[in-house]
Amino acid sequence: MREAFRLYFRYIGVSIRSQMQYRASFLMLSAGHFVATGIEFLGMWVLFDRFRSLGEWSLREVALFYGIVNIAFAIAEAVVRGFDTFSWMVKSGEFDRLLLRPRSTVLQLAGQELQLMRVGRLLQGVFVLFWAASALEVVWSAAKLALVFASVVGGACLFGGLFVLQATLAFWTTETLEIVNTVTYGGVETAQYPLTIYRRWFRRFFTFLVPLASFTYLPALAILDRTSAYGVPAFVAWAAPTVGVLFLVVSFQVWKIGVRHYRSTGS
Amino acid sequence: MRAYWAVVSARLRMLLQYRAVALAGFGTQVFWGLIRVMIFDAFYRSTNAPQPMTYEDVVTYVWLGQAFLVLILWGVESDIRQMIRSGTVAYELLRPLDLYTFWFSRSLATRSAPMLLRAVPMFVVAGLCFGMRPPPSLAFAVLWVIATVGALFLACALTTLLSISLFWTISGEGLARIVPSLVAILSGMIVPLPLFPDWARDALDFLPFRGLVDVPFRIYLGHIPLEEIAPLLFHQAMWTAAIVLLGRWMLARGARRLVVQGG
Repeated sequence: MREAFRLYFRYIGVSIRSQMQYRASFLMLSAGHFVATGIEFLGMWVLFDRFRSLGEWSLREVALFYGIVNIAFAIAEAVVRGFDTFSWMVKSGEFDRLLLRPRSTVLQLAGQELQLMRVGRLLQGVFVLFWAASALEVVWSAAKLALVFASVVGGACLFGGLFVLQATLAFWTTETLEIVNTVTYGGVETAQYPLTIYRRWFRRFFTFLVPLASFTYLPALAILDRTSAYGVPAFVAWAAPTVGVLFLVVSFQVWKIGVRHYRSTGS
Repeated sequence: MRAYWAVVSARLRMLLQYRAVALAGFGTQVFWGLIRVMIFDAFYRSTNAPQPMTYEDVVTYVWLGQAFLVLILWGVESDIRQMIRSGTVAYELLRPLDLYTFWFSRSLATRSAPMLLRAVPMFVVAGLCFGMRPPPSLAFAVLWVIATVGALFLACALTTLLSISLFWTISGEGLARIVPSLVAILSGMIVPLPLFPDWARDALDFLPFRGLVDVPFRIYLGHIPLEEIAPLLFHQAMWTAAIVLLGRWMLARGARRLVVQGG
């Protein structure tokens, strides 16, 4: 295990050094990413300026959701990038090479690239989260800060799991399915707002099937001292972020099934 | 002229090959539209004050946005970026064609085929299932078609300009990300322009980007009185012409100082 981690950090070190060879390009890409994702928040601000509030939610409260989701997604995108571009490996038969090496495929794929430019979205999310944290009339206890942190980790794991599942599908379809973007990128869009505003079928989909609520709506109840409209007990709000970690663990199990089914396209 | 038409039709045929991709993309866009409609629904439910646009109008607006996403969803054309990076752009300069018109026709094709491919089914699905409404009268419908064609030309002029700017920036990676999202918000794709704060309206009305989304969509809705439409179409046409001229001028300068990246 320890050796696996050492190897992983070696991989990441190489990836970072190679990206730093093009420093100007890295800076431009990150700045571009920062602006591109920041514009989303501008759109949100325009809507709040016009409508004043979203049901019983204020912009500050929604900004808390926005910050957590974007930080979590940025981390997931950066770390599991190797899985995101996995389908070309299946298509080209490149995956065979990974299988020949005496290390797990998960380790090799995760170590493929740590995409540094995602720092653009990350920073933007951090700014919004800090603004929300200071603007909200919440007494910040250590427990609440820990819950925010846990939510980010849970969210990153959940999105990571979704990327792994998307990659797993490529074992059967060869092609990446754009439709999966509805739960990754669409999930980000959805979870930026409290799930209560959506229709019931939609809310259920993103609570039970793709458990976005586990790191946004549910912990936010505890952070904002709100009581749930659906009678969710308080401990659920505190325990919910662990769901994301479980989701990732399950995704890796599914991945292993996929690897067993792998047939080289050969060429 | 025949040569440019050949470019357009060859590219159209190439793009129409990828029907499965279009179908998957279509499903994604329907889902996306649903999310946006639900968000607007929640905002409209939380106020009683009259708004510059009714909820029903916004719903149709969102679906129009999904149907015509191609009008704003663009960056630099990837082939042109590749050519400028690898140096093969030198071949482009050797062709006995006017390079600007050549690139412009190419982007016209890359944009119009996916636009038709996505817009038609979106009208059917959103019209039948999701409350998208037809234009209030035939006059608005005709003017809307004219404005949409105008928007298409404006979009192509802007893309070509962005591609030409690569002569200076080579990779254009940062720019290629920033510009599309700026255009998305300034054109009214993310939030309809009438919902913006009043102090921002003058600037937004002046800029070219409203011609891409705001003008055609609100003509479709009948949200702009008939007599005010002509000046808006003029605004759109003037900006298109200005951007084409700027692009031609930049291309002439860029080609003169071009250092081909060889190797």
